[in-house]
Amino acid sequence: MAAAESYPDDLKYHAEHDWARIDGDEAVLGVTWFAADALGELVHYEAPSVGATVTKDQSYGEVESVKAVSDLIAPLSGEVLEVNQKVLDAPETVNDDPYGEGWLVRIRLADASEVDALLDLEAYKTVLAQQ
Amino acid sequence: MKLIYERSQAGRRASVIPRPEGLPRTEVPEEFRRTEPPRLPEVPEFELVRHFTELSTRNFGVDTGFYPLGSCTMKYNPRVNERLVGLPGFAFLHPHQEEEGAQGALELEWRLQEILMEVTGLDAVSLQPAAGSQGELTGLMLVRAYFTDRGEIEQRRKVVIPDTAHGTNPASVTMAGFEITHVKTDPRGNIDVEDLRAKVDEHTAALMITNPSTLGLFDENIQEIEKIFNAAGALMYYDGANLNAVCGISRPGDMGFDIVHINLHKTFSQPHGGGGPGGGPIAVRKMLEPFLPVPAAIRRKDGTFGLDYDRPKSIGKVRGFTGPFGVFVRSYAYMRMYGPQLRDMSETAVLNANYVLARLKGPYDLLFDRLCMHEFVLSARNLKRDHGATALDVAKRLMDYGFHPPTIYFPLVVPEALMIEPTETETKETLDAFCDAMLAIAREAAEDVQVLKDAPHDRSVRRLDEVRAAKDPVVKYAFGDATVPAKV
Amino acid sequence: MTHPFLALTDSDREEMLRTIGVSSVDELFRDLPAGVRLGRPLDLEPALSEQELSAHLAELASRNVDTTRELSFLGAGVYDHYVPAVVDTVLQRGEFLTAYTPYQPEMSQGVLQSIFEYQTAICELTGMDVSNASGYDGETVTADACYVVKHATGKTRIVVTEATNPQVRQVVKTYAPGFGLEIVEVPHRGGTTDPDDVRAAAEGAAAVIFQQPNFFGCLEPAPELVAAASDADALAIAHVDPLSLGVLEAPGRYGCAIALGEGQAAGNLMSYGGPHYGFLAARQEFIRRMPGRIVGETVDANGDRGFVLTLQTREQHIRREKATSNITTNQTLLALGGLVYLTWLGPQGLREVGEACLDLSALAKQKLQEAGLELAFDRPTFKEFAVRVGRNARDVIRDARAQGLHPGYALGRDYEGMDDVLLVAVTEKRTPAEIDRLVEVLS
Repeated sequence: MAAAESYPDDLKYHAEHDWARIDGDEAVLGVTWFAADALGELVHYEAPSVGATVTKDQSYGEVESVKAVSDLIAPLSGEVLEVNQKVLDAPETVNDDPYGEGWLVRIRLADASEVDALLDLEAYKTVLAQQ
Repeated sequence: MKLIYERSQAGRRASVIPRPEGLPRTEVPEEFRRTEPPRLPEVPEFELVRHFTELSTRNFGVDTGFYPLGSCTMKYNPRVNERLVGLPGFAFLHPHQEEEGAQGALELEWRLQEILMEVTGLDAVSLQPAAGSQGELTGLMLVRAYFTDRGEIEQRRKVVIPDTAHGTNPASVTMAGFEITHVKTDPRGNIDVEDLRAKVDEHTAALMITNPSTLGLFDENIQEIEKIFNAAGALMYYDGANLNAVCGISRPGDMGFDIVHINLHKTFSQPHGGGGPGGGPIAVRKMLEPFLPVPAAIRRKDGTFGLDYDRPKSIGKVRGFTGPFGVFVRSYAYMRMYGPQLRDMSETAVLNANYVLARLKGPYDLLFDRLCMHEFVLSARNLKRDHGATALDVAKRLMDYGFHPPTIYFPLVVPEALMIEPTETETKETLDAFCDAMLAIAREAAEDVQVLKDAPHDRSVRRLDEVRAAKDPVVKYAFGDATVPAKV
Repeated sequence: MTHPFLALTDSDREEMLRTIGVSSVDELFRDLPAGVRLGRPLDLEPALSEQELSAHLAELASRNVDTTRELSFLGAGVYDHYVPAVVDTVLQRGEFLTAYTPYQPEMSQGVLQSIFEYQTAICELTGMDVSNASGYDGETVTADACYVVKHATGKTRIVVTEATNPQVRQVVKTYAPGFGLEIVEVPHRGGTTDPDDVRAAAEGAAAVIFQQPNFFGCLEPAPELVAAASDADALAIAHVDPLSLGVLEAPGRYGCAIALGEGQAAGNLMSYGGPHYGFLAARQEFIRRMPGRIVGETVDANGDRGFVLTLQTREQHIRREKATSNITTNQTLLALGGLVYLTWLGPQGLREVGEACLDLSALAKQKLQEAGLELAFDRPTFKEFAVRVGRNARDVIRDARAQGLHPGYALGRDYEGMDDVLLVAVTEKRTPAEIDRLVEVLS
């Protein structure tokens, strides 16, 4: 069951509809409800390898639905520590629970100051209003 | 319905392969030998015919009924053409036959080239590309070769395409090694000239558009666009997908285009065959002729025909031999059955489209309120907003009325898009019946939207689960094998 | 203004113009600037009736010397195999012939299921896991495969054997600059390719492409070539003859990543070079990189089996500039012809056709040698072989044709030092008496 629209206020956001949950010098990344809804039910997650480098504002992987493929844009730079196997096995988890079970990667931050450039909930809602 | 493999029974067969008596058997050396036979079907001939006949009844073609797919030009495919391609002199001619033994084929190719030059208003033609998208790629290779020859290729990296472009255009640009610059569409449905002016400079290699556009609208600023590209020293490429609108009325060469591809399977009646074959010949302005693929069909001074391989600057070869010859036969025949009346063909296509547009534009949204060319794009966004009925639902419900749906969700600039191209080979009664159905569906959306959501009701299958097919692709018969390909 | 394909009467036209709200058809074109209007009739010959057209095309066809008029041993990529009547029967069904790409699956189960069956047949022939719905021809699918391996490996060098069809190599080289690829050729030695040469050339390469049987008709040491590629960490791509796969091993069984080729020999008339179909099949791991359409199995709202185009996000209409290929229109109808032909053959028939080609070409080789001609290469062959004819092969062809026979392809057109070598193709349609004629003409 696809989740109802929501945007938690304890997350940081990126204009390309990604979120980040900061956890010390690590972060968990995912896509927002808006992205999941626009794509429709996800059928495939092309994930980076553990140990790969992700670079802020660049693509680190792809998610795919029947009608579209979308690059996953990294909100922060770092090294991939873990890829969510649950989403690899069942991509629709992202639609059901985009902020919880539907997380995509956990990274070790390369530069914690990059967090300052991210959007808070209010700023992201402004981005949404312009879509 | 069973698959042919499910109808198969060991020991049955349709073929008899004659074998001369006493011919000695030569075994392939063991290291090359096939170890397991392929599991091809084993059926007698009459089962084969029944199977494919039944399959055909589960399919809808132009022969079945109205097929208004925008951008595809689903016109009648003249049946005489099928007889003509079957003439032994065409069907059994080997492509490596000596020129003296292929004069009829070479003359046909040369004459086809001449007609295409007249229709496009350009100077030279290559028949080689096998489809429109291959024509595009070939055209872009010509652009690359032209600028390389002039020493400008390092600086000219960008190809401009509008946001209404068909998906093959950006794909071709990438395959040819260029970068894409997008240009916007203005509220009248024309390319936004000021946006274009700001984006075209000495780094631009070419423009790639179709005119009329995928919105079915003729770009009113085409002459200004020509000036911008000439000033920048860049080339103009015409995607011929919409040529059916303007044959004999306006020629791409006269609009300023330097390279044109023609879709023989759209404008010139090569049957679509369930997805192909097609033909995508290209026509070019004189300065690009040296770069065309080899070989080219030529007529010599003594009146004989031949193949010219002497093109030192040619980009090479994009397809085997001279191209899809059987497609040339059909298109050439079609053009000879029209001659200068190709103009009537286009005028009728444009009249039919405007008539259907006039009848449908109330109940459906029209983003660009202008006369259209051979096709037009409506939006079902009002039905979605008011009743939750999408373009997809409208398309599926049309099937219940006996029509093939139009193109949906393209071009991308129109939400809930329905792109309708009636073509010229339809009677007014058919057009009216289609309009009546579309109007009825708009009413049904308001009164009982579920009947749209559950459509189609009467086809060989109900609505199909495309998500499941993408998630766990099963792309061949499993034969009851223990290992089914794992999810990738 | 009347024409058999245009149906509007004057009163239709009047009523339609009134509904639109314009007074003439010309007014519909009012958005066209004057400067781009042609303003004169097209300079083309007047329209022909169907009857006149038929006479004109028949006259053109009569000036082509086809294989019903001249005994031919031409091969070199396109072959005179027997195409049974059932292929025409199926391809002339209007529901197949005049249908579009099956984007609306509920209207197109016929085409979709037949493509699924075709994909299955190609996987069976080649020993692979996934096939696409066809490409333009054997040349362009090879270029397609180069694009696939580049993106799969990140490497930009492609190794091709010189014994691969010259047109295939030429098309690959034409596509290479746009793809950003470097093409390296490995010369043959005595008609086949040496695995050590491949191993050396394949350092840092994405893939090695070889043809089996090769352009000379010789059987390459395929498993060793694949092993050599693998030693250099390159993928192996086999360009194969579909009609050889009843007697020759499937590429999937000896380690190839991709198997492809020209489908014409399996069910298409020669038709002066096209349209035909290219087939392309690969191991499972490449499924999301496959160019072209793929049909998948699914269920409908009632739970019944049905078929749809799947993995469409790879394709141009969704992925656009990141598509795995720009291909849209492919060669579906011709691939359907291939499926019908392979169904007509069955596994036994495929083996028998292969054996007939082997045995008849062996007979031709033997008789030519007995008549004093020398084979160019001392290698096992399938249905073609290269023979030295003692003088310029093009002159031999001219002289043979004057006696009503085309003896084969002049290899000197593509290979240095082979001006006196003919490539002779012997299919299941040839008879011992026809072979005797060939020997008579050449000796």
